[in-house]
Amino acid sequence: MLRILHDTKYDFIKPWRIAIGITVAFIATGLIFLGVHHGLNRSIEFTGGTLVQAEFAKRPDVGDLRGTIDAAGFRGAEIQQFGSDTSFTIRAAGHQTTGGKVENTATEIQTALEQKYGKANVHIARTEIVGPRVGDELSRNAMIAIVISLGITLLYLAFRFEWRFGVAAVIATAHDLLSTLAFLAIMRLEVSLTVVAALLTVIGYSLNDTIIIFDRVRENLKKARPEPLYDVLNRSINETLPRSILTHVTVAAATLSLLLFAGEVIRPFSWIMLFGIVTGTFSSIYIAGPVLLWIERRWPRTSGGKAGPSAKSTKAAPPRPTSPRTPVGAR
Amino acid sequence: MSNLKWRLAIIGVLCLASVWALYPRNVKVRQRRADGTFFDTTTYRVPLRKGLDLQGGMHLALEVDDSKGVVTNKSEAIDRALKVVRTRIEGLGVSETVIQKSGNDRILVDIPGIDNRERAIKIAQDQAFLEFQITDKTGAFEKALPRLDGIAREKGFGGAVASAAGATTPSASAPLGGLLTTGTDTTKGAASAKSDSARKDSVKADTATLGAGGPISKLILGGQMPGQFLFERANYDALKLFFESPAAAAALPPGKVVRFGSDSTVIGNKVYRSLYLVDERPIITGEYLTTAKPNQSPLEGTIVEFTLNNEGGRRFQRETAKHVHDYMAIVLDKVVMGAPPVINSAIGTRGQITMGGKDLQAAQDLALVLQAGALPVPLRVAEVRNIGPSLGQDSINKALTAGTIAIVLVVVIMLGYYRFSGMLAVGGLALYVLYTLAVLAGFDAVLTLPGLAGFVLSIGIAVDANVLIFERIREELDRGKTVRTAIDEGFRHAMSAIIDSNVSTILTAMVLYQFGTGPVKGFAVTLIAGIVASMVTSIFVVRTFFLVWLNRSRGAQTLSI
Repeated sequence: MLRILHDTKYDFIKPWRIAIGITVAFIATGLIFLGVHHGLNRSIEFTGGTLVQAEFAKRPDVGDLRGTIDAAGFRGAEIQQFGSDTSFTIRAAGHQTTGGKVENTATEIQTALEQKYGKANVHIARTEIVGPRVGDELSRNAMIAIVISLGITLLYLAFRFEWRFGVAAVIATAHDLLSTLAFLAIMRLEVSLTVVAALLTVIGYSLNDTIIIFDRVRENLKKARPEPLYDVLNRSINETLPRSILTHVTVAAATLSLLLFAGEVIRPFSWIMLFGIVTGTFSSIYIAGPVLLWIERRWPRTSGGKAGPSAKSTKAAPPRPTSPRTPVGAR
Repeated sequence: MSNLKWRLAIIGVLCLASVWALYPRNVKVRQRRADGTFFDTTTYRVPLRKGLDLQGGMHLALEVDDSKGVVTNKSEAIDRALKVVRTRIEGLGVSETVIQKSGNDRILVDIPGIDNRERAIKIAQDQAFLEFQITDKTGAFEKALPRLDGIAREKGFGGAVASAAGATTPSASAPLGGLLTTGTDTTKGAASAKSDSARKDSVKADTATLGAGGPISKLILGGQMPGQFLFERANYDALKLFFESPAAAAALPPGKVVRFGSDSTVIGNKVYRSLYLVDERPIITGEYLTTAKPNQSPLEGTIVEFTLNNEGGRRFQRETAKHVHDYMAIVLDKVVMGAPPVINSAIGTRGQITMGGKDLQAAQDLALVLQAGALPVPLRVAEVRNIGPSLGQDSINKALTAGTIAIVLVVVIMLGYYRFSGMLAVGGLALYVLYTLAVLAGFDAVLTLPGLAGFVLSIGIAVDANVLIFERIREELDRGKTVRTAIDEGFRHAMSAIIDSNVSTILTAMVLYQFGTGPVKGFAVTLIAGIVASMVTSIFVVRTFFLVWLNRSRGAQTLSI
């Protein structure tokens, strides 16, 4: 049978300082980007404003286009190419319309474009108009959704495992949230509702990964022979490694096909998912494990477990149960 | 043995149910003919609902507009408004509209396939408050003009507007009443001579006191009937603003209000609009209206004919009997529709609203909103999204391509790595796709673009449970277990990891559903359906496949995994 990374004995926990150093550096870079760009690049769903996606018959001159939009009274509107070079999005903040009605902005932009390029040469594929209050509400709801989902996870894991596991998993997940936000900031991806959905998917996915390792830890801890948690963790990560690799590969395959073929609208979603696979894997191993050890050292369970992350314990896990390996049915 | 038969039977039933749920069928669709009547028709298609972002259409969020007065109980007001908006939007005759309350103060309206943004907004948002008000015949407006002029001077009204008026119409400063003869000479000469002379008396008395004319009075000319006044179209915005101010309203005699007209009149080479002074108390309102339908009349152009219910009819008759020879303004949302007709005798239950130069569609829409009733509170637009149908189709095509490629890649990986067992997993994956789509169709869930992306993604995630199980089986085989035991143990041991990880993902998705809107809700639904289906296929279906295989190759010593 074809096997990858089978029966490995890597010490995953040992380089925890390096791992945390890398992730802190990455998140710090994200923060710097946030500072430089004055926050995340939020979509109009959050900022309020008007977005018009216009398809032109032939490629318009961007300067010309900007002039037209400026002349229509939308100074400072963002104009971006969207996918193909005949497709543009025009994003205007605020609603400085004549009638004072929010819904007129899109019509004004459309009229201006049709006057300039002719009705036949420009087609409005999509418009979005969002009032300012809606955006505030969405931001709040997105925050609430994330906090509640973390809280529910904590409760569920505390119920199914133990509070230590729950806290470790939630901290690892919170790390994924932070590093994904850093990724968003560095890539300047537009944060829309779909991106929030992707963020929550990343949370779910990373949690999935952590739980599968913790499930193995739970199982290995139940075994009669007491073993330091440090070794149990390492052994569990090693044992679940083939599964992790294979699952990540299949999910990455699906995500890559989304990124490459599913078009512009879904692209930010795909980018985040792709990054989420990386950070989810990383945090399940390098964050959840050491944090669990740290919690264990601060608040030890009554039985077993002595080692902390800094404890220079045995390098490799003890030999596996003595059952002889029978090579079975390789084809 | 019988256990295995049961398992196969359950899978078979699930498959049949799924195929049945997804089988293309006739779906009833309500459509609207050009004349505004409805007919039901059927289309033949797979019963999966496409979201607005996939089929094109409009999403509209309306909220209570409290800028014009405090609304005390928003939630209750929205509930009542929701009924009205629903009746109106459903009257549009577009199938699969979704109208729902969101939070406490918002109405969400989804209209698939509509291309006219402004029209849909107007239909949903128009308050459609219909009133019949008698125009003033006591010359109260003329008497109030000096006071209005005073207020206008204090507030600095004169400046920009007066100069604009001066530039366009020097004659506008002619004293009030000076144009009366011009007025009666126009096409609208139908205004009866009787009323004209009656008014002249009162006007004459006023012109003396008006003198050179203040900032307001110099813009306003007498109209063709009592209580009607004309002004140049260019001054509309300024005058509207002025008369909406509380100070101006207070300067009018008690019980009288100013309403602007919907039509414009051409006198000579200038375009005039009208304003009316009317009794504040309507003789009747739209609440008694039972039917309204658009029509075309050779004399008046497009009209909306309406009938009142019995109570309304009695009241209308009583009131109109009191006001014979008066003019009755038909006021919709504070705007006088058409020229107020004179009441010749008591009117019963029927009437009509003339639409001026508007087209038949405008009459249809007015009939629609009148019949649905007035909105209890004014609504304003909080959010509009409009997606063209071609963009939606493009998204579907791209998502299908991505999905196909994702499936091929996953199948190749699973077959390459797990060989025969991988084939069983791929069989499970095929059923997974079938079940997920069936669940979506069964719950009448809406497929959105993020939902499709989530579905493609879930194809990658769905094999995770299989991977967990297979790795577990390999471990058990490594420990020297027989094939049958290894499979049993593998499934048993992988179970806790599968359940814990999937349940926590479902919990996250449920939170997403609770707090998300539109496309994100669709995403959460797809995710939940996908997780449930993947658990069923990996734990139950693939297990059954293994059992079948074990059964057919009794005493198999090796397993290709």
